[in-house]
Amino acid sequence: MNFDKDLDARGLNCPLPIIKTKKALNDMASGQVLRVVSTDSGSVKDMEAFAKQTGNSLLSSAQDGGGYVFFLQKK
Amino acid sequence: MTAKKMAIIATKGTLDWAYPPLILSSTAAALGYEVQVFCTFYGLQLLRKDLSGIRISPLGNPAMPMPMPMPVLVQALPGVEAMATAMMKKKMKSKGVASVEELRSLCLEAEVKFIACQMTVDLFDFQRSDFIDGIDYGGAATFLGFAGEADIQLYI
Repeated sequence: MNFDKDLDARGLNCPLPIIKTKKALNDMASGQVLRVVSTDSGSVKDMEAFAKQTGNSLLSSAQDGGGYVFFLQKK
Repeated sequence: MTAKKMAIIATKGTLDWAYPPLILSSTAAALGYEVQVFCTFYGLQLLRKDLSGIRISPLGNPAMPMPMPMPVLVQALPGVEAMATAMMKKKMKSKGVASVEELRSLCLEAEVKFIACQMTVDLFDFQRSDFIDGIDYGGAATFLGFAGEADIQLYI
């Protein structure tokens, strides 16, 4: 999947992946896609909740060998 | 859409108790909540410029995992609390858990509003210069004014 910005949140624990995601989205334009890579297993559920609450779309959430990969589209 | 609101009363000043209000506040702010944290009694420790006084104690805390069995009387010895605090901070760092300082900065950056309880500030003879800038001072009515309209109210 194509993306406009990449966020490496590997090694960070709750709540940092979510907060860094929010910060990264702040600098992006509506419709742009952010890729986030995390190693925090809790971030799978948290990213769904973040997307639901903030209205940004979680395009995909998948487990990769190195961690969890999320694609979010800014609303 | 009006922002959701979360109101927290923070009453504890140990390392383990410092985390829940700061984690929830910083996360709620990231989710678009308007957040106020009313700090009273030992919760005032969260607002001090110098956070090094926030420690963890194994004393009276049988749930705390210890690297080796340690009788309660040993836990009461001078230096044990400092050692436990240093070990906990080291472990947190190795697991990628943010420090209390970092979380508080994230809260302030996200415009979480901290309110120091004026009554307990006076009770403990704190000076406003002991605390970080940008916080409010108020009492129960101040908290209730916001909490009464909040979607989430927590006492921590």
